[in-house]
Amino acid sequence: MIQFSNVCKRYPGGIDVLKNISFTIGEAEMVFLSGHSGAGKSTLLKLIAAIERPSSGSILVNGQNISLIKDGALPFLRRNFGLIFQDHKLLYDRSIFENVVLPLKICDFDHRESAKRVRAALDKVGLLNREKANPIALSGGEQQRLCIARAIVNRPSILLADEPTGNLDTEYSGEIMKIFRSFHQVGVTLVISTHDEGMLGQFNGRVLALKNGELHP
Amino acid sequence: MKNWLILHVHVFLSALRKFFSTPLSSLFNILVIGIALSLPAGMYVMLKNIQNLAEQKIASPQISLFLSMDTSKDDITRIDRQLKQHAAVGQARFVPREQALEQLKQTTGLEDVIGGLEHNPLPDAYIVHPKISDASALKTLKHELQRWPKIEHVQLDLDWVQKLEAILKFGLMAILILSMLLGFALVAVTFNTIRLQILTQREEIEVSRLIGATSAFIRRPFLYFGLLQGLLGGAAAWFIISISLYMLNSNLSQLTDLYSANFTLHLPSTEDQLALLLLSACLGWMGAWLSVSQHLWKIEPR
Repeated sequence: MIQFSNVCKRYPGGIDVLKNISFTIGEAEMVFLSGHSGAGKSTLLKLIAAIERPSSGSILVNGQNISLIKDGALPFLRRNFGLIFQDHKLLYDRSIFENVVLPLKICDFDHRESAKRVRAALDKVGLLNREKANPIALSGGEQQRLCIARAIVNRPSILLADEPTGNLDTEYSGEIMKIFRSFHQVGVTLVISTHDEGMLGQFNGRVLALKNGELHP
Repeated sequence: MKNWLILHVHVFLSALRKFFSTPLSSLFNILVIGIALSLPAGMYVMLKNIQNLAEQKIASPQISLFLSMDTSKDDITRIDRQLKQHAAVGQARFVPREQALEQLKQTTGLEDVIGGLEHNPLPDAYIVHPKISDASALKTLKHELQRWPKIEHVQLDLDWVQKLEAILKFGLMAILILSMLLGFALVAVTFNTIRLQILTQREEIEVSRLIGATSAFIRRPFLYFGLLQGLLGGAAAWFIISISLYMLNSNLSQLTDLYSANFTLHLPSTEDQLALLLLSACLGWMGAWLSVSQHLWKIEPR
């Protein structure tokens, strides 16, 4: 489903963030990316979603070589992914409902059907009764859950989460991880980055350990 | 198709909402556009009014047809009929040669000289008032009449028509230059408004890009906003012109009463009004498009 072959990423200035990375993630797999901050976890996730382009090597997603993809085709590739960010990237000028409906609007989704889907997604993360509120009124953990609802509303086959529990206390992170596990059970491919070694022990997912831009088995 | 339509209606409505969410700055924007457009458009309306007045009231071109001396009664009936049937001829008045001589006696005071003539040297004539006023069409008409049998000479007084046309052409050119300059102003105003909007909506654009929005999707609300602002600016210009004409007309009637004339300024035709709205909407759209293509690509998700 996701295949990296000899991928290198060098940012301007000559810093090699990723060096010769190769791995394969199969369908419906749950994979953790671990490593200290600066190890290249975020860059690796950005490469999968084609937010960054690799300096060399090739990246295949669903059999498509995304290092060669044209700018015009990029939006349609991104619709395969649900992206979850450490800083949430919520829009505070609109309601919770409006935040979650955005991916469906972008896909030109039927109006009534999208309202149903938004409520289903909000229900899954436990925010159904807050749909009219502004995201600013939510706690950190709730904002992260809202970000998850937005990522899953168009039912993507791949979820990419960058430090989803980075700023949260253990109780909140437990909730978030429980949500992720339920997606894994229905066959969604998950790639989750974390620097929290303790969390890895609780799950039996595969771990890709990054250290100074290199993959350690 | 239905979804597509709903999408566009939604985008338009949200542009409308955005427009009214900052009422004061929106109002000033459309006022700036409205004033900028009302100058050339108002001048155009004035020019049209002057043209109408000149063509209808001051003078109308006149063609004199002089017939051959050997024209028979039958020929005159034929020419009469032909003139009446001609599309470009409004009115034709027959002046018999006796009447012409009589008029000449009275107007020139050369009674003795004319009385001494053995026979009437003047031919029968027609005074033709054409329906057309365009110089080149008048010339064509003159040449056509010239070719009719028994017509000796056709005289067309084009002097004033040509003068009027030259003045109107000059006026139109001045208006065209002014329109172009102020059209640029409209584009610039929209360009800046949209630039500010893009900056304030940076986050939304970034997030939309991340979750798979196409460039067209991101561009669309800004283009609609530019279109809307241009359209409302055009409507404001039309409003300004209407009010101005109303005020001018009430003063004009005092003036024309003194000259015992009857003349009012007319609003532009429906076609011209629609053209104004369409043009300003297009210019607004263009300003938005330029701004979007200039600024949007700079916002890349990180």
